[in-house]
Amino acid sequence: MKSDIILSGVGGQGILSIAAVIGQAAVSAGLHMKQSEVHGMSQRGGDVQSHLRISDKEVFSDLVPHGAADMILSVEPMESLRYLPWLSKQGWIITNSQPFINIPNYPDQKAVIAEIEKQPKHIIINADELAKAAGNSRGMNMVMAGAASLFVDIPQEKMEGAIQFLFGRKGEEIVKSNIAAFRAGREFAQKKRG
Amino acid sequence: MAKNVMMLMGDEAIAQGAIDAGVSGFYAYPGTPSTEIMEYAQHSKDAAVLNIHRQWSANEKTAMESALGMSYCGKRAMVSMKHVGLNVAADPFVNSGVTGANGGIIVVAADDPSMHSSQNEQDSRILAQFALLPIFEPANQQEAYDMAFAGYELSEKYKTPVMLRITTRLAHSRAGVEMKPRLKQNAMKLPENKRQFVLLPGIARKQYKTLVANQAKFMEEAEKSPFNRYIDGADKSRGIIACGIAYNYLMENYPNGCPHPVLKLCQYPAPKKLIEKLVKETKEVLVLEDGQPMLEESLRGLLDRDVKVKGRITGELPRDGELNPLFVRRALGMADICGAPAPAIVAPRPPAFCVGCGHIDAYNAIKQVVTTGYEDGHVFADIGCYTLAALPPFEVVNSCVDMGASITMAKGAADAGLFPACAVIGDSTFCHSGMTGLLDCVIENSNVVIFILDNSATAMTGGQDSHALGRLEAICKGLGVDEKHIRIVNPLKKNHDEMVQVIKEEIEYKGVSVIIPTRECIQTLGKKNKKGGE
Repeated sequence: MKSDIILSGVGGQGILSIAAVIGQAAVSAGLHMKQSEVHGMSQRGGDVQSHLRISDKEVFSDLVPHGAADMILSVEPMESLRYLPWLSKQGWIITNSQPFINIPNYPDQKAVIAEIEKQPKHIIINADELAKAAGNSRGMNMVMAGAASLFVDIPQEKMEGAIQFLFGRKGEEIVKSNIAAFRAGREFAQKKRG
Repeated sequence: MAKNVMMLMGDEAIAQGAIDAGVSGFYAYPGTPSTEIMEYAQHSKDAAVLNIHRQWSANEKTAMESALGMSYCGKRAMVSMKHVGLNVAADPFVNSGVTGANGGIIVVAADDPSMHSSQNEQDSRILAQFALLPIFEPANQQEAYDMAFAGYELSEKYKTPVMLRITTRLAHSRAGVEMKPRLKQNAMKLPENKRQFVLLPGIARKQYKTLVANQAKFMEEAEKSPFNRYIDGADKSRGIIACGIAYNYLMENYPNGCPHPVLKLCQYPAPKKLIEKLVKETKEVLVLEDGQPMLEESLRGLLDRDVKVKGRITGELPRDGELNPLFVRRALGMADICGAPAPAIVAPRPPAFCVGCGHIDAYNAIKQVVTTGYEDGHVFADIGCYTLAALPPFEVVNSCVDMGASITMAKGAADAGLFPACAVIGDSTFCHSGMTGLLDCVIENSNVVIFILDNSATAMTGGQDSHALGRLEAICKGLGVDEKHIRIVNPLKKNHDEMVQVIKEEIEYKGVSVIIPTRECIQTLGKKNKKGGE
């Protein structure tokens, strides 16, 4: 198997917690993994991305090659479109529908959604709302990780085990509410994919 | 997965490698993409137990010199910096080649091709070559770890500092790294030759001859280095030299193995015999380097004859910027694979001040003054978050060159007759390289207004402690700034009018003024509050 994922968002939105969950699950499943991230200037509210590469064979490049991503996983709708050159023809866009507007020329929100809908394979989620409904108002990232998990060939229990591993020291309550958000995202994606 | 494998970023792998290879001291000043080396060492429980020195230095020069002092005592030291930091440390770095090392020294230079977080892109290998020092350039996280061991071994074998050079991508990418058994730290052992570190001309001339004579030995080490591998291929129409991380981009494009002979090159000086073999056996040589075309240029030579060399100079690869799998693919003559272009509605999203940042309030006041009544004024800024005021909505910054240049450029402009000449510098940058410039201003009583934006952190790189903490006012007084013209203000919206008034008064004062807007970085404050709450 191989799963090349571009994670995208805005500096400060915390995309790295999603990368950590999926990456940790991959490692515990005995897979090879490389994950590159952006540190420095862009973290101050600029566009940020992380390349997550998982494979049962050795991974060479730290960067996902153009046209090779199996998924763009974005916590912000406009940012999901920025990385289309990396998406393979069979790849999925999985994005939060809630915009992060910190620039004066943010495009018309409906036009952004319309562009995403032009892509053959996409799932648009109001992850903020789903997280709230799952009782975890700060769990948007876990909802997105859950939605993405459906498309990564790693057992669900390994994914949830990774959440336990990563958040365990913050207490059982945090683990539970993150798993609840994760499951909400996964169920939503399941329904959408059919 | 085996127990002794850790998921580490390239930076972290280097730090863990040094800890396991018996380092006694880390020295550094924060700078993307090198920062996480020191941060990892600071958070490492092992490093704490082993009592390894791991505190920030005032700048890269003081860091390099402290590392040299640690080496003087026979102990292993690691000094890490970003590429432009190596310019600051260039004096001790180049001279350390002539003194040589006693305990091993690894100088980590983290380059930033494509300038993700930098004001230039420069290839630190060239500075190491200039200083006649061996270079290690890892292709992956495991090699980054292993090279700490190999680096110290080579450093102590030849009593020479060595460079470990990485680029942003490896610095900030994670992969599994297998640990080795830990080595003990060296015991104190002072230099046998009491004159080794005394670079008086008569001594330095001798030492320099030794360094030059060592070049052949360094190359011999590179010829047999396990990091340099000649991998034969049946298709001799082309040979490929892949330096450091470029090797990954090459292999990415040949999932079933490269059909051409490949020289994976990760230790320098460039091994002549291995390269000669590749050149002899193939019709042309493609050089893949993530940085400047250092090797390509030296293979071509000035006269550009005999050997057919391709790469960045000939246009197979872009002349500047970071490499990636697609650029390497094109250089190999393969067809592009690419997804759809990003739609036109995707707007650029440049970095910006955080909501609630004190710099916003300081700049609102500065901008009001220099746009109403003092329109001839210029604002010379510096390296840090506050450089972002060059972008909308402020667009009030006229320069950003190097650490400390704000104060000295303002001074030069004031010398030329510009009025008002303002400088904006952060507290950490001021302690890094601004203090000496301020002294220049004091000596001549230059007509400048210097803003030291004090957020009590090295903020852009993630909020490391600043050497300035609690000392700014005393430093300015100590350097001779008139107490009446050191003005502390609190950059809050409600204090806007007061700040405007202070700025106007100090512009009207014909001499050195220092205005210090003081309010803690909103990010470090947030982190502290979070910690306190837990």
